[in-house]
Amino acid sequence: MNDHIVRSYDQELTELSDKVSQMGGLAEEQLGRALDALQRLDMDLAEAIVVADAKVDMLERNIEELAVLTIAKRQPMAQDLREIMVSIRIASDLERIGDLAKNIAKRTTALKEDRPLRIISGLGRMGRQALQQLKDVLDAYAEGDAEKATGVWRGDEAVDAMFNSLFRELLTYMMEDPRTIGPCTHLLFAAKNIERIGDHATNIAENIYYLVHGEQLDEDRPKSDVTSETAIDYTVANNS
Amino acid sequence: MAMAQVAVEMPEVEPEETFKMLGRGVNVHYGDKQALFDVSLAIRANQVTSLIGPSGCGKSTFIRCLNRMNDVIEICRVAGDITLDGRDIYSPKIDAVELRARVGMVFQKANPFPKSIFDNVAYGPRIHGLASNKTDLEAIVVQSLSQAGLFEEVKDRLHAPGTSLSGGQQQRLCIARAIAVTPEVILMDEPCSALDPIATARIEELIDELRKDYTIVIVTHSMQQAARVSQYTAFFHLGVLVEEGETEFMFTTPRDQRTQDYITGRFG
Ligand SMILES: Nc1ncnc2c1ncn2[C@@H]1O[C@H](COP(=O)(O)OP(=O)(O)OP(=O)(O)O)[C@@H](O)[C@H]1O
Ligand SMILES: [Mg+2]
Repeated sequence: MNDHIVRSYDQELTELSDKVSQMGGLAEEQLGRALDALQRLDMDLAEAIVVADAKVDMLERNIEELAVLTIAKRQPMAQDLREIMVSIRIASDLERIGDLAKNIAKRTTALKEDRPLRIISGLGRMGRQALQQLKDVLDAYAEGDAEKATGVWRGDEAVDAMFNSLFRELLTYMMEDPRTIGPCTHLLFAAKNIERIGDHATNIAENIYYLVHGEQLDEDRPKSDVTSETAIDYTVANNS
Repeated sequence: MAMAQVAVEMPEVEPEETFKMLGRGVNVHYGDKQALFDVSLAIRANQVTSLIGPSGCGKSTFIRCLNRMNDVIEICRVAGDITLDGRDIYSPKIDAVELRARVGMVFQKANPFPKSIFDNVAYGPRIHGLASNKTDLEAIVVQSLSQAGLFEEVKDRLHAPGTSLSGGQQQRLCIARAIAVTPEVILMDEPCSALDPIATARIEELIDELRKDYTIVIVTHSMQQAARVSQYTAFFHLGVLVEEGETEFMFTTPRDQRTQDYITGRFG
């Protein structure tokens, strides 16, 4: 891509994408630390994550303001307009990821009070998968790599599949021993948060594809979170 | 000019009757200097087509070919086919004056005649004998001024000189003058370049209105204006038609790098 005739326009667009990358790095760090806090039931870390979420929110506002100002000043066209629109949308997904990471961290407190469960390892695996998805999609953004973004988009299926099996597993525990309902519910929420993070990474991937190609990614992605249709089988609980 | 042949050669399967005008292989020279190279462009009926491109790329040259305004330039030579409703406008059978009544033009600088507002608009209908009496003529003037969105502002001073109006009003007066001879196509060469944003918005609104009854071709240096008013956009560069198509796509996902560079303000 050639440079703009007006150099400050290039600077504004660069600043915008730098800020998105910075925000992405922060969201990634928040998620990594939240998974860590949950795994080790580290209350101090959990607390720090909650506090740091404000930084993610602030970056989103910065990006929005810069984008609006650039639109007003430059009346961007084509690729430039997509770059700006996409930065706003990605920032909004990253802000949600930040919130979800904060939410996962908050569960640490609740879990600490109950007995920690072995199931946390399954959650850890799912968390790492989502984290990898986020890392990859942010790399794809930095490199303007639509191919890589499409890979992330397809990879969301794995996160969904892990969520489904975790969901079933947690249900079984709760039915076997009602005393685990408290902690299992927290874990279930945490898992759902991670699953949502996967969805946001998928949104980001779609935006990168649009940024590069100027059209929407319109393949059908197999949707495999079926938990909303999963009936709870009480017979298992009654027989035990 | 053989229309059947045209239909076979056009790559799109658009029915030819949607083309109000059609230029094919248009080459224009000013003396030794070639200004247009093999330009082929369809002007679709009841649509606004905008011509964009850097200064000197041949936009005005092309638009002036469409009503033979280039005839008056001594050193200008036009080659290729240009048709209006399928009829060759450069054929010896075509009367240039009559052609210009069917293909009217509005210029960059509003250029009212040094006459009253009324006479500016009445001039065309008079010389083309479009009104049989004074009442008819008055009706044409009122209707044209109304269509140009100017009547309300000037109805109490129709006999004041046209030059006494503001720039934006003068430009609308010129549009009224162009409309008065009931043309089929209106060519506008940078009609808003001397106007403030409000006057510009009025003209743009007007263009949108006029599209119902006329086919419009507009040259503009404002990408935003082209994006707002036109359905089709053609991008010229160094005398070559680089890319043309639906405006929506030209400004969001142009195919050619030169178009992309131009509309986003990059070095090409
Ligand atoms: N009357 C003329 N005599 C000689 N050369 C001319 C004449 N009119 C235009 N040209 C040349 O033809 C080329 C195209 O000019 P044209 O006026 O069509 O450009 P344009 O795209 O309308 O530019 P602008 O945006 O500045 O109005 C230019 O190189 C110009 O110098
Ligand atoms: Mg010109």
